[in-house]
Amino acid sequence: MSEAIESKVVSETLTQARDDVAQMNMIQAINSAMDVMMERDPSVVVMGEDVGYFGGVFRATAGLQQKYGKNRVFDTPITECGIIGVAVGMGAYGLRPVPEIQFADYIYPALDQLVSEAARLRYRSAGEFIAPMTVRSPFGGGIFGGQTHSQSPEGIFTHVSGVKTVIPSTPYDAKGLLIAAIEDNDPTIFFEPKRIYNGPFDGHYDTPAKSWAGHEAAQVPTGYYRIPLGKARIARAGEALTILCYGTMVHVVENTVAALGIDAEIVDLRSLVPLDIDTIEASVKKTGRCLIVHEATRTSGFGAELLSLVQERCFYYLEAPIERCTGFDTPYPHSLEWAYFPGPVRIREAINKILKD
Amino acid sequence: MSDSPGFAGAEGQAGRNLPPLRLHVPEPPARPGESADFTHFDIPPAGAQPRPDEASQPSDMRDMAYGLVRVLDEDGQAVGPWNPKLPPETLLRMLRTMALTRAFDARMFRAQRQGKTSFYMKSTGEEAVSIGAALALSRDDMCFPSYRQQGILIARDWPIVDMMNQIYSNKGDRLKGRQLPIMYSAREAGFFSISGNLTTQYPQAVGWAMASAAKGDTRIAATWCGEGSTAEGDFHSACTFASVYRAPVIMNVVNNQWAISSFSGFAGAEATTFAARAVGYGIAGLRVDGNDILAVYAATRWAADRARANAGPTLIEHFTYRVEGHSTSDDPSAYRSAEESSKWPLGDPIARLKQHCIGLGIWDEERHATMDQELAEMVRDAARAAEKNGILGHGLHHPMESMFEEVFEEMPWHLREQQQQMLDEWKAAGL
Repeated sequence: MSEAIESKVVSETLTQARDDVAQMNMIQAINSAMDVMMERDPSVVVMGEDVGYFGGVFRATAGLQQKYGKNRVFDTPITECGIIGVAVGMGAYGLRPVPEIQFADYIYPALDQLVSEAARLRYRSAGEFIAPMTVRSPFGGGIFGGQTHSQSPEGIFTHVSGVKTVIPSTPYDAKGLLIAAIEDNDPTIFFEPKRIYNGPFDGHYDTPAKSWAGHEAAQVPTGYYRIPLGKARIARAGEALTILCYGTMVHVVENTVAALGIDAEIVDLRSLVPLDIDTIEASVKKTGRCLIVHEATRTSGFGAELLSLVQERCFYYLEAPIERCTGFDTPYPHSLEWAYFPGPVRIREAINKILKD
Repeated sequence: MSDSPGFAGAEGQAGRNLPPLRLHVPEPPARPGESADFTHFDIPPAGAQPRPDEASQPSDMRDMAYGLVRVLDEDGQAVGPWNPKLPPETLLRMLRTMALTRAFDARMFRAQRQGKTSFYMKSTGEEAVSIGAALALSRDDMCFPSYRQQGILIARDWPIVDMMNQIYSNKGDRLKGRQLPIMYSAREAGFFSISGNLTTQYPQAVGWAMASAAKGDTRIAATWCGEGSTAEGDFHSACTFASVYRAPVIMNVVNNQWAISSFSGFAGAEATTFAARAVGYGIAGLRVDGNDILAVYAATRWAADRARANAGPTLIEHFTYRVEGHSTSDDPSAYRSAEESSKWPLGDPIARLKQHCIGLGIWDEERHATMDQELAEMVRDAARAAEKNGILGHGLHHPMESMFEEVFEEMPWHLREQQQQMLDEWKAAGL
């Protein structure tokens, strides 16, 4: 392990015993997080379509029902509204639900329960009732999923007061962040970038897929550890410009920057709400240039918020206009996926534009 | 468009002789200025409905979803197998709780008209639905109400001053002035935070009940929605979950005939009953005279016993009438016949129970008048006490910075910044 993971918790955990570390892909790390939390806290329950006996369409809940029983890990009817509504009620009872929405594209029927109920319950009841749920959902494209299996709707949730939005980019982060989210007493949307479930993605869809094997962030402690929500990670320290990104795009950006030989500072946000504004501000004030990269559509995307914050806080340090490199404002196209995806070409063009003056 | 398959034209009609399609848009039997007519209602006599065993299979009791459980007959006698045979003290408690709720409504409606708050909703004519149910449940059963079940809180002896503080959004409001009036929350009374978004509480109640079952608890959940919002997806999601997991939950549909200006036909009442929604889900369904508190009590007790015996959920339609407007923002004379409430065939729930108690010899008109006066004074005194904490818009609210509290458990930096910005703005403005 190296500077790639800066959390204090990491070094503490790693000094304990190397034997307690195993290589995991992101699915295994997520599974391990739920396993650890179900073991520690009898109020944690896992629910969703196909999550029980079968263990989830992406296998994220594999083995949990066998280990913890059907009262704690169960399949649900196909109604996202119902899944989240039931999770709100279970939270009011005193449970700590971890519902899965099978694809982020399916989360919209649950919006009212998330936006008007889970996110508002603590506020409207002045703390009498809370919704301590963590909604797990695979999101993002790059898997030829077409427009109903590829979307990145994080900007819908960052716009809602009362809900947290967390997006990991490595197996190590996925486990530590998911444990922190489950322990958190506020509702958290935990979007899992499914393109990197099985390996980091460099943005080149036409080269063989890599696995997590050998990646330093795939060395994951088997036990309990947490990464606090709201702490970004410096994925690469540098001086030339700051690149703000999260999820799959962290790896695409890392690879593009390496190929260009540019000394960029890459900030993996990890959590959009709460946002680590201090890390962002310090980085942009240091580099004077800022690129924001996300796969989601551009207009009113989270990049617009990031751009505003950087402009408000770092304007007098900027040496070039802030750029956004995003998906286009179209539905996610199936056959033209790689023309839509903000891959190495688009990122390179944006970097060159920022660095040209 | 001529080649569009949707416009087949003469060729598509060849060999057919069908009239053109027409759209059915429901229309209530009577509009303003017209005579109200309820003769199309099929109202069976009190005592006529059988009482199935609490463990009955839903498929063996489908008729219950189309009948009407009634206990109090036209003479005020309690008759038939659903008669809960309650002791006099319970009957008089029911009567007093309903009367108190009506007095509370009258006072708070007036307070809104006097400009002391922004909004109010009366439950006039529907008091039996919430109070009958609340008294049939255990005190620790969890209620997920809609916005017209203030009777539950009153039946659970929740202080009415506390309710008024919420209505006035004043400094005594435990909810810190954040919610529209009447959107109470009272965890200690087993009363879930009310949402203005309709029927969201349905799957939540089912989830609470599932959690109780999963934990081997004894408590059950109950929830309420109006007939209009049975059309919401949440209702159907909840019914599916309740059926699938046989959740210990009672789902009440308060069919008060009107959803603001839309009569029950817009929720499907022309086609079937609301209790019949249970049939398709394989849930026990009961249809009850909602203006007969003994019937409401008996049906709720039946459903609660059933739930506690792991025999599954029950959907109860309470057939009643919304005597007043939807809220203080509504004027029903603009869309329904003024005669409706006086011609409502199932009477008034307070008058019917009063008649019953007088018939039993445990009550009389004089005592009733005394009680009404006493309750009016009690409500007046409570309102005065609440008004000392402030009324809406008169400055006695929670501190401004409290606006930012409890969005999250811990206030993140962006809310702290906005909180400071607001305080700085007011300071700069000399306020």
